[in-house]
Amino acid sequence: MKRRLWHFHGGLRLPGHKTESMQEPIQAANLPRRLTIPLQQHIGEPAEPVVEIGQRVLKGQLLARASEYISVPVHASTSGTVVAIEDRPIPHPSGLQAPCVVIDSDGRDEEIEHTPVNNYTELEPSALRNVIREAGIVGLGGAGFPAFIKLNPGPGNAVDTLILNGAECEPYITCDAMLMQTQPRRIIEGLLIMRHALQARHCIIALENNQPDAWQSLNNALEDDEKTFIELVKVPTIYPTGGEKQLIKVLTGKEVPSHGLPLDIQMVCHNVGTAAAIADTIHEGKPLISRYVTVTGDTVGQPCNLEVRIGTPFEAVLEQCGWRDDRNDEILMGGPLMGFTVDNPAVPVIKTTNCILSWPTTSEQQTPMPCIRCGECARVCPAQLLPQQLYWYARAKNFDRVQDFNLFDCIECGCCAYVCPSHIPLVQYYRFAKTEIWAQERDKKKADQARERHEFRQQRIERKKQEDEERKRRKKEMLKKSQGDETDGEESKKAAIDAAMARARARRGEKTPQSGGKKET
Amino acid sequence: MNLSLHSSPHMRTSNRVNRIMLLVIGALIPGILAAIHFFGWGVLINITLAVFTAVATEALMLRLRKRPITPFLLDGSAVVTGILLGVAIPSLAPWWIPVLGAAFALIMAKHLYGGLGYNPFNPAMVGYAMLLIAFPREMTLWLTPAVHDLTFVDNLRYTFLEQLPPNWTLDGLTAATPLDAVKTQLAQNLTLTEIHQGSTELFGAISAHGWEWINLLFMLGGLILIYLRVISWHIPLAMLATLFLVSGLFHLNDPDTFTSPLFHLFSGATMLGAFFIATDPVTAAATNRGRIIFGIGIGLLLYIIRTWGGYPDAVAFAVLLMNMAVPTIDYYTRPRVFGESRD
Repeated sequence: MKRRLWHFHGGLRLPGHKTESMQEPIQAANLPRRLTIPLQQHIGEPAEPVVEIGQRVLKGQLLARASEYISVPVHASTSGTVVAIEDRPIPHPSGLQAPCVVIDSDGRDEEIEHTPVNNYTELEPSALRNVIREAGIVGLGGAGFPAFIKLNPGPGNAVDTLILNGAECEPYITCDAMLMQTQPRRIIEGLLIMRHALQARHCIIALENNQPDAWQSLNNALEDDEKTFIELVKVPTIYPTGGEKQLIKVLTGKEVPSHGLPLDIQMVCHNVGTAAAIADTIHEGKPLISRYVTVTGDTVGQPCNLEVRIGTPFEAVLEQCGWRDDRNDEILMGGPLMGFTVDNPAVPVIKTTNCILSWPTTSEQQTPMPCIRCGECARVCPAQLLPQQLYWYARAKNFDRVQDFNLFDCIECGCCAYVCPSHIPLVQYYRFAKTEIWAQERDKKKADQARERHEFRQQRIERKKQEDEERKRRKKEMLKKSQGDETDGEESKKAAIDAAMARARARRGEKTPQSGGKKET
Repeated sequence: MNLSLHSSPHMRTSNRVNRIMLLVIGALIPGILAAIHFFGWGVLINITLAVFTAVATEALMLRLRKRPITPFLLDGSAVVTGILLGVAIPSLAPWWIPVLGAAFALIMAKHLYGGLGYNPFNPAMVGYAMLLIAFPREMTLWLTPAVHDLTFVDNLRYTFLEQLPPNWTLDGLTAATPLDAVKTQLAQNLTLTEIHQGSTELFGAISAHGWEWINLLFMLGGLILIYLRVISWHIPLAMLATLFLVSGLFHLNDPDTFTSPLFHLFSGATMLGAFFIATDPVTAAATNRGRIIFGIGIGLLLYIIRTWGGYPDAVAFAVLLMNMAVPTIDYYTRPRVFGESRD
């Protein structure tokens, strides 16, 4: 039975530029002399290094372990010597540096022993998730959220549909398409493991209808292995169909609630590359130390897909594909709609590097014109927002109003800025507004804490003052008494001790709930 | 090697503000040609004077406001304002009418509010309304279509020197527009049947003589703009449908007092207003539901003012009144955001 498909609002039909990088089969990238492996390659907490400078490591060996919940370990992607653990340039929109483990390769590529999971169906889902976490697997589609978290439905949540996202909707990027075309079985194996972890009822693999070869190959694999309970669905090629919320809408007609997660409507969405990485981990015991990267763009001589070790410098990958360092090219990580420019070609490939794109720098930066309220942005916005109003309020720094207009439902897909006839960098304004709001919230939290502390201090001082006065008063009284009647000195002493003890008791009784209250804040 | 950092997206359409303005100008041409055919070279002279003044005023204001001149002059918006104003002015107008109107439009209605994108009122219509109120005599000197055979030079002489060729008088050359004539005669308690019999030269095949062609061709240009996605269909359709329905209801009820829907649709500035003036994105509602409300409002006001108000035509006033309502309309017609419940 053919699944009924739905539409999401807006979106763009873009020139694909996919065929350029799909001419050659996937090859292995050359082993670089030096690898730079960032300790943090996704949102959440950075991993804590467990190796020392000068230590020899093997391929697949743990370099740093997960620190908090939203964190996964990182592993060595070849054998060699750790030469530095320090801040290095990483691919990040800010262009800032971050802590990395630097390894000088010894060229031998010696691997540690792997221990595969023999029969994953006998493992508890939580144990399975742990294996996946220890392998350092994050979502390979873009955001790089630790995969094990998205494989945990949480107590009381049943997962109805597990969706594997093969809709690679950004122009130029083809690493998922090549993976689907050449290794359908790895993807299907990964899907089955995920299904077990999630106990999901239905499984869908979705891909765009501009990839008939990938569809054919997946379809053959599903039929040969009699896995026809997995639904293979072709979706229209409209950017950004590959967005999680958009894909779910297209496949099911359901909308992930505003500010919500797919899990709120019993769905979970993973990238096809993540599924393949999970299959490698379970069946072969391999941690995530390499990934497929599309290397393409006008200034890349031989566009192609390479299997690249995490930590390989961009320039090494680019040079292998016929790119030369003598031009003033613009280098992007990711696609042209959501990717970001990197200012240093030596930054390393990380777990979320799906594409390295290089093209000539646009010489003339056209100055934006004022907004003429044409409404094209609202017509294409897949989140059904009013981008021009968001822009207006973000520019005016009216952060309350910009949240009224649902700024935080913006997925930063860039459709609005793409169509804007005034060439206003709209997404930049939204990012600015979001960062400012986050900063304000942090400041407010800090101010609240400071105020609370101050109020406690004032209370303490006040109480001390009262107690001192009380003590003085009693002393005076007692002095008066003892002057009047010398004989009951013993008694008054005893009374004074009793009073002091009572005070101490009262203080203790008072303090306990207070300190408890403090902890909660 | 020094790489640049800038924010995504890194791809854009080739669409630009000046492309939009150029397409609008192109789409106006058929209607303008028809207007020249029926009302003579004066139309072209008015447009030229208005465009020239608009562009010069724009440059002057940009200079005074210390804004970059070239990109804003090249955006084409001043040219569009000039054309819209020029085509709305009667063809036998003295030169200072288009000049004053265009300068007023650009200074008072556009640059004092902050220039392109910031003006709440349609500049061309502000200029037109000012002229109509301040110079009612000059603004009603429409040539009688068909009887004119003034040459280009004759027309030019009138524009600059207010001199007509010998043996010609203003009264002989000009006549009330059909909307105006019908309104005046209805006020004299004539029935529409009597008006039709009494002044056959006013009426054409479906509507007003001459005007029906001009309106048809402006409609054609507008449809092309919708096809090219330069404007959306919401405002024109809502405005024309409202005008059609309301005038149809009154006409059906009392065909001797209320003119037919076709007469309303294809006379005066109806089509120019529906496709080129009400759709000015800067001053119109921005959401699709808002655009429909905006269009309905213009259609209603247009009919009310034409039928019971003091002016024979009312596109300018209807548009300006609805411009005022735009912020409120936009606020209350925000679309449902993805993931918000439907109720």
